[in-house]
Amino acid sequence: MQELTLKQTLNSLSGFIPETVLIATVIVCLFLDLILRKKSVIVAVAGIVGLLVSGYFAYLQFGMREVIFTGMAVVDPFAVFFKILFVVSTIFVIIFTISSKEIQESTHHNEHVYLMVAMALGAFLMASASNMIMMYLSLETVSISSYILSGYTKRIKRSSEAAMKYVIYGAASSGIMIYGMSLIYGFTGSMNIYEISAILAKSAVTGNPVIVMSIIMILAGFGYKISSVPFHFWTPDVYEGAPVPVTAFLAVTSSAAGFAVMIRFFAVTFLQNNILLNGKLQIIPGINWTEIIVVLSVASMIIGNFTAVWQQSVKRMLAYSSIAQGGYIMLGMTMATQQGLTAMLVYLMGYLFMTLGAFYVVILVANKVDSDELVDMRGFGYKSPVIAVFMAVFMFSLAGIPSTVGFVGKFYLFSALIESNMVWLALVAVLNSVVSLFFYIKVLKYMFLMKPEEELTPKYQYGIGNYAVLLLLALPVMFFGLYFAPLVKIAEYSAILIGLK
Amino acid sequence: MEIGLNHYLVLSAILFGLGLFAMITRRNAILVLMGIELILNAANINLVAFSHFGGMGVDGQVLTIFVMILAVAEAAVALGIVLNLYNNFATVDVDEANTMKD
Repeated sequence: MQELTLKQTLNSLSGFIPETVLIATVIVCLFLDLILRKKSVIVAVAGIVGLLVSGYFAYLQFGMREVIFTGMAVVDPFAVFFKILFVVSTIFVIIFTISSKEIQESTHHNEHVYLMVAMALGAFLMASASNMIMMYLSLETVSISSYILSGYTKRIKRSSEAAMKYVIYGAASSGIMIYGMSLIYGFTGSMNIYEISAILAKSAVTGNPVIVMSIIMILAGFGYKISSVPFHFWTPDVYEGAPVPVTAFLAVTSSAAGFAVMIRFFAVTFLQNNILLNGKLQIIPGINWTEIIVVLSVASMIIGNFTAVWQQSVKRMLAYSSIAQGGYIMLGMTMATQQGLTAMLVYLMGYLFMTLGAFYVVILVANKVDSDELVDMRGFGYKSPVIAVFMAVFMFSLAGIPSTVGFVGKFYLFSALIESNMVWLALVAVLNSVVSLFFYIKVLKYMFLMKPEEELTPKYQYGIGNYAVLLLLALPVMFFGLYFAPLVKIAEYSAILIGLK
Repeated sequence: MEIGLNHYLVLSAILFGLGLFAMITRRNAILVLMGIELILNAANINLVAFSHFGGMGVDGQVLTIFVMILAVAEAAVALGIVLNLYNNFATVDVDEANTMKD
């Protein structure tokens, strides 16, 4: 028995190469920073190379379906999809830190690079965890690095305030989550989500109010990561206070990781596996978790969009916008169908590029005017027309205007909703997108239509590298907006979880 | 009287309630963090009790050890952040150090 476990563990290592590469990258970056003892792009380059190698090994895993480390984690197309998503977003964020004045002027050397790679490692594990122990551990790996990163510019008052709020909310919600997990463990006697699902499907505990309560407690942990509404209070303050590259990281990598672990947990645990009825996966009777998700999703969309309307800080507005975007993505879970899952993945791919793009423009503006207020963006369209046009692309995409990738994501989500007879939900979401158009366009109004108090000349100068990064982010937004067949194909291929179908 | 599973569950529920109460009512950052520790310990008692009385193997106890380790790591980071907050605001009161508002 013991020998068998040892052998299994050794065999599992071959499915664990991307993570191993990331661990090596963290160590290499740590030592490079110690040796160089000054600000240097070498550490960032080493981090990016490590991420690329890890992404390549993750790409090789596509199509694999394996349970590794005696049920602690799984390698399936769903996990690999998210791993590649995290690699792409982390690379962009590390590039952002190089061009961000905030980070470069901080007292630290290169700590942000390996903290970000460590966070990507945690996100990798979140995407592949299939055991509650692993889910909790990986969630905390991501959280602890992000607490440090959000307080990275420690001389700036609002950054330290943001870190304080983040650590309190984060620790509290993960504490509540672990309490909920302990209750589920008590009822089912297992930590493995596949075993829990099998026990729940055939035992009398289904419909027990304690199970529903523990679902809500566990949702506190996941909901805090994806900043869904009742657990969103940290989001605006942390997004506003943290350095912009870190904010971008929290908005994309951290919340995508939250979605990955949440989808796997709910889809595997609370769906009767292998039972399809009219193309719909069967929910375990007595546990109507999809109704809870509907409530959270509608509340996120409404509160996110309506509060974003009167924000004066672009970072704060993007925080509320990401709460609302999280609400849209959660819609995909409410119907518990394969189309819903596919639509979520399509949306997440688009969300990655448009959100990172919007935050990069905020960094570039902040580098020149030292502010993220809308008022200080007046006249930016004259002083730097190219970057303002890029911002317009990202804003239109976030609002879901046709011919951008944001529209494709919304289109797939809403049509999946209508297919599963949830027309009213699709209607609520469409009305919300109309509201969101208002505040996304407001940014453009300040940039192009309002004149600043000072002169319009001289124009702002930006390096060629800044334009190149913006182009890299804007091209997918426009290209996949027009030609979205490959996007949908990838998503359909990736929407396969072990144990489902 | 025999001490059984129920006693442990009641104890952990009380601890959880106290932790939640401390988190909501206390304004001192350190005390809020102590409330969070109470919640984590309530979960630990639950896990060990279920593992012991339910005859469910050691999974619960393994998670307990991890929760303890992570609580230490989190406390280390959180105390560093509180110290930094004190350097910037000269207070550890979470309401007074509240400059960002809607």
